[in-house]
Order: sequence, then structure tokens, then C-alpha cells
Amino acid sequence: MKLDNIYQEEKKSNFAKVSEIIITMASRPSGFIGLSILIFHVILAFISPYIAPYDFKAINPTLMLQAPSAEYWFGTDDLGRDVFTRTILGGRTALTVTFFGSLIALLWGGLLGIFCGLVGGKTDDIVMRIVDAFLSIPWILAMLLIVSLLGTSTEVLIPALGFFYGKGIVRVARAATHDVIAKDFIVSARARGHSNFSIIWNEIIPNVRDAILVEGAMRWSWMLLGFSSLSFLGFGVSPPTPDWGLMISNARGLMSFAYWSVIAPIVGLSSLIIGINLTADAFAKALGIDRSTKAPV
Amino acid sequence: MLFLIIKRILLGLITLFIVSLITFVGTEILPGDACTTYLERQAFGEQLEACYRRLGLNVPAYERYVSWAVNAIQGDFGYSLSGEMPIKEVLGPRIKNSLVLASAAIFIGIPIALILGIVTALWRDKLPDVAISTVTIFAMTIPEFISATLLILIIAIWLEWLPGIVIVPTDVSFFELLPNIILPVIAIAMIMTAHMARMVRSSVIQVMASEYVQMAILKGVPYWKMVFKHVLPNALLPAINVVALTIAWLLGGVVVTEVVFNYPGLGRLVIESISNRDLPTVQALAIILASIYVSINLLADLMTLMLNPRLKTLQIRK
Repeated sequence: MKLDNIYQEEKKSNFAKVSEIIITMASRPSGFIGLSILIFHVILAFISPYIAPYDFKAINPTLMLQAPSAEYWFGTDDLGRDVFTRTILGGRTALTVTFFGSLIALLWGGLLGIFCGLVGGKTDDIVMRIVDAFLSIPWILAMLLIVSLLGTSTEVLIPALGFFYGKGIVRVARAATHDVIAKDFIVSARARGHSNFSIIWNEIIPNVRDAILVEGAMRWSWMLLGFSSLSFLGFGVSPPTPDWGLMISNARGLMSFAYWSVIAPIVGLSSLIIGINLTADAFAKALGIDRSTKAPV
Repeated sequence: MLFLIIKRILLGLITLFIVSLITFVGTEILPGDACTTYLERQAFGEQLEACYRRLGLNVPAYERYVSWAVNAIQGDFGYSLSGEMPIKEVLGPRIKNSLVLASAAIFIGIPIALILGIVTALWRDKLPDVAISTVTIFAMTIPEFISATLLILIIAIWLEWLPGIVIVPTDVSFFELLPNIILPVIAIAMIMTAHMARMVRSSVIQVMASEYVQMAILKGVPYWKMVFKHVLPNALLPAINVVALTIAWLLGGVVVTEVVFNYPGLGRLVIESISNRDLPTVQALAIILASIYVSINLLADLMTLMLNPRLKTLQIRK
């Protein structure tokens, strides 16, 4: 009976904690702007297939490179496709791939980091050397290798990005684990004879969760940057799919006389990346974690 | 002290060894090899065998790794497949071009970043800070290819001040290269400066809040004397490491920038060699880029060690 009460209280306070964090985030101007942009993009990603005025892949040679007009709000591209339609659809793949990619990065990076921090010793040394080695290969070279090895479908890109952006989380999770591991409650949990698994789940994760989540949010914006760079270089999603990176790279050659077809995807992609960044920053500040002294690894 | 330095160097070498293993295995499991790419449709029977023999692909993978590694240490990365010339010769001018780009960006970026970082920290939450910080957030988060594209659109196409893309042969002299690299340098320096300025800012803010600075204020040390004598030396020390990491991280961004501006540097070679399945070149590039990363970090670590008297005594405990 009493245990039940405690459980309910805990659950209620969790919900209160989350809403409190969101309110704290929105109370700063930068956090409010970031959250609004992010929410706008997420809603747009859900409803854009229903509100898109034209077919995103309908090629019409008679409408090539039309300037913006009442009919085609953002003009048309070199194949006569409506730029507005393609722009509002262009964030869907990027958002989906990077969101699930960040989840994978969080999971494997966080768990491996906690594990290494907990066991220490030889295992830790070996794993950290391998992580260091992966960190010192430029991400773009590694991603290009993976993509040319396995293709550019979503099923490949999500785990590949998840893997490559998780290795930095390993370090953060490991450092955070090191901070809590010497605390008394871990020592007493060990003295009570708890298993490693139980210590990780009940003692360590609640204490390192914030640091890892903040890192994951930050990775999300970097992953989006990486994903769109891949698309831009022609190693990301394949052509008929509307995607901002791809649209920018296609329209770039023609921008001296059709700047509208490059400006629209630029605004879309930049606003989303800035939105995620500001949100992640506000999230870190709401949790009281200072990220500003860290380099992008 | 000496022990620490040797330990750092050894760790760096181990990292490089693992990198070489990873890239070797990575390129090994790529579908299709050099010969099938090179011979295209004639890749069967005797011709294929002959090609394997000529490129030495007929021996087991581990033997090839050992001989590749031994040669690579001596600076010989074998032959590039697409151009059939030694990779050393392909890499030489490319490295030079990328170095020109990177060092120009660093020389412009670091002083600006220092000034911006210090100004924003000293006028924290006042108008200069808010204005500069907003700009740096934009410069930092927007992908390289977007800022580069916008630079071309505005400065090269609309204003017609500078050439938009670099159309020079790979082995051009420095002065012919100069007008061509202004835009790429701005594109790279912008992101780098933004990152570094933010780090300098938070580092200075941290030191300003520390007890010895409070003490100096209480003692009545003049403001600017305190800033230059007490705050900056202590604030800039931890920034060295972070600046190194930022520079190393930019290696990836430089690839994209070089593609946008059609600049004949290492970055474009990465894209070209991967598109052409030129695996020996990919391996060489991976090792070279990783070595740059490792040595920049090593250099930063050593600099911090040299400049920080407190760390010199730390080794006794280690």
C-alpha cells in the first residue's frame, strides 16, 4: 500500500519535472524561438503531404525555371517542378532519418559509455582507443565509405549515422559515469550485492541521464548537418525524393538566373538546424548543464 | 613531464594504427575492387588475373596490409588507380592547396575569435554580447555548403566582386591562387571563428567568476590591468585544446567547402577518390587526415602542458 503511494508520487513528479523543464526552456527568448521553429517543422513534416499544392515529382518542361508567382509561390526548378511543394516536403526525410539516428546514437553511445565507465580497466582502455580512432577519421570520409559500401537507402543511413554520431556520446557518458561512480550510493549498492546491471539501471542511469540527453539533442543538429551535407554531395537520398540538401546542390548551378530555387531550401534547412540547436541549448540550460566549453567532436 | 609527453605520443601512434586497420578493413569489404572498376566490362578471365597480379591483389589481405603499412610509414602509398600515378605525386599539390586554405582561415580566424570572445565575455548580456552571439550562433549552425552557396550568390553573382568558383590547375603558384581563395577562406573562417569565439567567451566568463579575480577586484586592481594580467592568461589556456579540436573537426567541413568552390585540395580528392573507387587513395587520405587530427590534438596537449605550471607537477602522482 505504502509502496504504491510512493510509486504514484514519483510518477507525478516525473511528469511535473518534464513540464517544468519545457516551461523553463520556453521562458528564455532563444529557447522559445527554437522550440517554436522545431514544433513548426515537426507539424509541417506531418501535414505537408496533405497540403502540398502540386505533385513533387511532376516534371513539366513548359514551366522550367518560372519566377515566383501567385500560382507557383516559390517559382519552379529546372525540371518545371513546383519549388514550394518540394520545399515543404523536403524536411521529412531529413527529420525522420536524423531523429531515429540520434535515438540509436543515444542508446548505443550512452550504454557503451556507462559500461566502460563502470567496468574500467583493460576493457575500458581498449574500447576507448577504438573510439578515439573512429573520432580521428573525418566523419565525412567514414560516412562516404559506408554509403558507397551499403547504398543510400533510409535503412542504411539511419544506423550508419546513428553509429557515427554515437561515438562522441560514448565519451560523455563515460565521463558522467566516472563522476557518479565514486559516490556513496554506488558503493553501498555494491555492498548490498547488486549486480552490475542493477547498478547501471537503478543507480547510474538516473544520474547520468541528463548529460547524455543533452549530448544527444546536440548530436541531432550535427547529424542533420551531416545528413544534408551527404545529400548535397550526392551521397544521401536519391534524386526524385524532395530533400533540401539535394535541392540546393541541384539549383546551385542555375542560381545566377533562378535564385529562388536555391533560396527556398536554404531557408528551410537553416531554420530547422537553428531551431534544433537553440532547443538543445535551452534544454541544456534548463537542466543546468554547461555545454559551451565543449568542442564539436 | 617527459613521461607524460612520451605517453601522449604513444597513444597517438596506437590510435593511428587502429585507424589504418579500420580503413584497410573498410576498403577491403567494399563491393568490387580496383580491378573490376578499372577493367569495367572486361573484368573476367585472364585480364582480371593479370590485373590482380600487377596490382598485387592476389595475395592474402593481411600480407597486403603489412606491406602497405611498411611502405606507408616510408611515405609511399602505392599507385592511384584512376590516374595510374604514384599517390605521393597526386597528394603533394593537393596537400599544399589545402594547407594554404586552412592556414589562411586560421590566421584570419584566431585573432578575430579572440577579440570577439573577449568582448562578448566582458560585456556579457549587454548589447555587444547579444548582437555578436546571435551572429556567431547563425555562423556556427548553418551548414558549410549553405554559407558557401550564399557567399557565391551574393558576392560573386549579385555584386560580381570575386570569382565564384576556383578554376585553376592543381599545381598553380601561390599568387595566382590568391584572388580565387578569398571566398573559400571566408566560408571556412566564418564557422571556425564562430566556434572559437564562443569557447573563448565561456572560458573568460568562468575565470571572471573565480575567487582570485574577485580577490583582485576587492584589492582594487584597475579593471583593464586585471583583465590582461589575471583573466586572459588563465582563460586562454583551456581554450587551446578546444581550438585544436575545432580545427581538426573542420577537416570534414573543408571537404564540403572545397567541393562547393571547386577548389583543388584534399577535400575534393576525398570525394573524387570515393566516387572512382580509388581505394589506395582513400586509404592514404584516411591515414593522412587522421594523422593531422592526431597531431593537432597532440600539439595542443603539449602546449597546454608547457604553458600550465600546475600540470608540470601532476606527473608525480600519475
